[in-house]
Amino acid sequence: MTDVTTPDAHTRVVEPEVVVIGAGPAGLRAATELARAGTRDVLVLEREREAGGIPRHSDHPGYGMRDLGRFVTGPTYARMLRDKATDAGATILTEAMATDWAGPTSLMVTSPEGRLRVAARAVVLASGARERPRAARAIPGDRAQGVLTTGTLQNIVHLKHGTVGKRAVVVGAELVSWSAVLTLRHAGCRTALMTTTHPHAESYWLFHRPGRIVLKTPVATRTRVTRIMGRPRVEAVEIEDLDTGQRRTVECDTVILTGDWIPDNELARAAGITLDPSSRGPLVDTALRTDRPGIFAAGNVLHPVDTADIAALDGAAVAEHVRGYLEGRQPPSAGARLEVEAPLRWVAPGILRPGDPAPPRRRLLLWTEEYVAVPKVVLEQDGRVVARKRVMWPAAPGRVFRVPADVLDSVDPRGGTVTIRLER
Amino acid sequence: MTTAPSAGTPSAGSPSVAAPSADARPAGASPVGAGRPGADQPFDVVVVGAGIVGSAIARTLAGYELSVALLDARDDVGEGTSKANTAILHTGFDAKPGTLESRLVHEGYHLLGDYAAATGIPVERVGAILVAWDTEQVGNLPGLQEKAIANGYLETEIVGAREVYRQLPHIGPGALGGLTVPGESIICTWTTNFALATDAVRRGAALLLGRRCTGASVEDDVTVLHTSAGDVRTRWVVNAAGLGSDLIDQHFGFDRFHVTPRRGELLVFDKQARPLVDKIVLPVPSAVGKGVLISPTVYGNVMLGPTAEDLTDRTDTGTSEGGLEFLLEKGKRLMPRLLEEEVTATYAGLRAATEFSDYVVEVDAQQRYLLAGGIRSTGLSSGMALAEHVRELLADTGALELVPREDLPDPPRMPNIGEASLRPYQDAARIAADPAYGRIVCFCERVTAGEIRDAFAGTIPPSTMEGLRRRTRAQNGRCQGFYCGAEVAELFETRAASVPAGAPLAEGQDQ
Repeated sequence: MTDVTTPDAHTRVVEPEVVVIGAGPAGLRAATELARAGTRDVLVLEREREAGGIPRHSDHPGYGMRDLGRFVTGPTYARMLRDKATDAGATILTEAMATDWAGPTSLMVTSPEGRLRVAARAVVLASGARERPRAARAIPGDRAQGVLTTGTLQNIVHLKHGTVGKRAVVVGAELVSWSAVLTLRHAGCRTALMTTTHPHAESYWLFHRPGRIVLKTPVATRTRVTRIMGRPRVEAVEIEDLDTGQRRTVECDTVILTGDWIPDNELARAAGITLDPSSRGPLVDTALRTDRPGIFAAGNVLHPVDTADIAALDGAAVAEHVRGYLEGRQPPSAGARLEVEAPLRWVAPGILRPGDPAPPRRRLLLWTEEYVAVPKVVLEQDGRVVARKRVMWPAAPGRVFRVPADVLDSVDPRGGTVTIRLER
Repeated sequence: MTTAPSAGTPSAGSPSVAAPSADARPAGASPVGAGRPGADQPFDVVVVGAGIVGSAIARTLAGYELSVALLDARDDVGEGTSKANTAILHTGFDAKPGTLESRLVHEGYHLLGDYAAATGIPVERVGAILVAWDTEQVGNLPGLQEKAIANGYLETEIVGAREVYRQLPHIGPGALGGLTVPGESIICTWTTNFALATDAVRRGAALLLGRRCTGASVEDDVTVLHTSAGDVRTRWVVNAAGLGSDLIDQHFGFDRFHVTPRRGELLVFDKQARPLVDKIVLPVPSAVGKGVLISPTVYGNVMLGPTAEDLTDRTDTGTSEGGLEFLLEKGKRLMPRLLEEEVTATYAGLRAATEFSDYVVEVDAQQRYLLAGGIRSTGLSSGMALAEHVRELLADTGALELVPREDLPDPPRMPNIGEASLRPYQDAARIAADPAYGRIVCFCERVTAGEIRDAFAGTIPPSTMEGLRRRTRAQNGRCQGFYCGAEVAELFETRAASVPAGAPLAEGQDQ
């Protein structure tokens, strides 16, 4: 293999104190707080043309409530986060992609300005998450055009002002799926059907009812897509009722694959950082440290995916811990591992160390595969129940289930693995 | 090393890629093509089929004082069987000894290996191991070794389970032994096709795309090929039409063989799986069923497949529920860890299976017609040797005078899309000289705006997103367009608008 990490005459070396990977809500907010706290030099690397992350694509209100106390559109929110970071003194470099590690906290970067070697003292991974494409979902059939993820759809419609088809099937019926329906409508494409493998449309009542009434979109529950048909463009999908096994064909010229998130974990994995096997994001403690000294992670790379404001608040929280690291504070050595039982899929953060602070926003973030209307969260450690807490909101598939972090109060951070489960 | 301009750079007097027109006479004679006929003259040879075999034949023949055309039904080269094979450069160790296939794969292995080095086609000499999972398969290993020797390949070695696991630590439990074939290599099948076709065009061959051959009228001195975009006149016809080769053969009055499209589905795993396997893991042929292989790819992925399913539709490259299930089941036993990784892409390729076990390469001097049929997936490895064989057969007829040209251009230098050599995004000096190579537009595959620009400025520019993907890897990665889909589509449309050839544009992108 070619050695691409040794600087040559054409490689510029820059030495910020902290480098942040990704200028989405988490990265921008982390950079803002780090710069405000007097960090010498904060460099944010963004591989896209423009900083701001996913909110840039979502041209509808619903952003900024928890972190800015305002209710704005995605693009406005992205602009506000950018401005705050720049005003605080952070440097944002766009079209700059970190491609390889060049040392424990050093990275090789490609940008039109040249190849850079960024040698930082600390790194914040804030690379976010993406939706799994068709291949990863194993949907067989024709290689038809018009099969898109929400990310691609919103890129085409909101950033490039392009068009899609006239009649769509949206796979998924979670928050992001409805965002896709809104984007489709904006682009003049009607959503003929939404499908979800989950049993109760009621579990999505929050957006199901307005969806049904305002957007007139039917939702097929307990349904999966078994085949995509059409060449060169999609003509139909075959769907299956999971209970009866019956299949039928739905005509459409566009298929939107929504949800089914996976963190953009490439750099974390290349560094050999331990990942959470369930979320596939870096495994972090409540101070958002990975198992590599000086490398932290924040935002949806840890919890795919929560809302943009939650990601931003991760960024705010991680800044303080990065400062502590730069000032020479040593992290506690060991900690108790947090794990989940079905129907829960993952928990973030995944480690509680002695003396460490509560997780960001004093919330544990969990993902469930099943709807539980009034869940009781039970924590077990070393063979005994250490916490049992009734939560007054449902655990629902397709969005993060947030649990107050005081359930950790009676966990022994020096003890064995903590198992988290749900009781109905 | 050649000093020829990169294939991505338009050279002075760049040969034309003829767009489909109502009357496809060999017009537009290029300064490079020494042997181009005048407007009313027929071509000396038309090669039907611009896959690897057809492109190699056209390239070889264009090295002589002949006017040559490379004709294909599709709007790009390599759109049929050549684009979705297992991308292995075979030594020919397991061919049937004594066959034409055996000889041509053996020769072609060396010819293509050298050509790849000269043109920059990505190749990695990773080697292969046939892994035996039961006693019957272990018992077959000595016979396979003898066969390899009979095919002129002497470097195989029978090894025990311990050695198999030393070389392939992540294969599943139960391997009993294996046969190593160190010469088996992985190659970029796309770049191979583009290099051969680009070379042919630079040598003066006319590339006639978008012309489906619907019939042939053989006259005294000339044959008229009837195509979906007008007639093409030629003295000789070489049939290298792959999946359609039996149909072309019928136009010349033959009923010698029948092509059954055999679908092979492949799963491509994320690059994060690449550390799991550094060799090609081949099945041992046995009485019970066909095995599948696991192979690294030159793009840094891992591939599992193929299935083998006979179809009737010669265009059905869709994937099937059964095929995917079969592969996952096989993969689970071969390399359980692999299935924990993300699947980046699923492909289905069609191979041209016939009732014959060997290639069918025959000349009909009277009709000035040569058939190169029944070329299976080994055509990737054998293609350049097959082209030499075709040249010899044509020379033997005495009807074509083969005078070598003395003014041949150097072989093209192809853009590198393999992981084993420096890619533009890693090349600090190149980025400093041209910032477009520092602008990564496809993040997963690290494809730069400079490479996309070059693809459109190349000798054979892409006409679809799919064609752009095969030239640059754009959108070939794990996100399949989540981030860059719109960006690449926009670049495609802007660039494609500046390309004169009137092929239809892709709308959006597929996944």
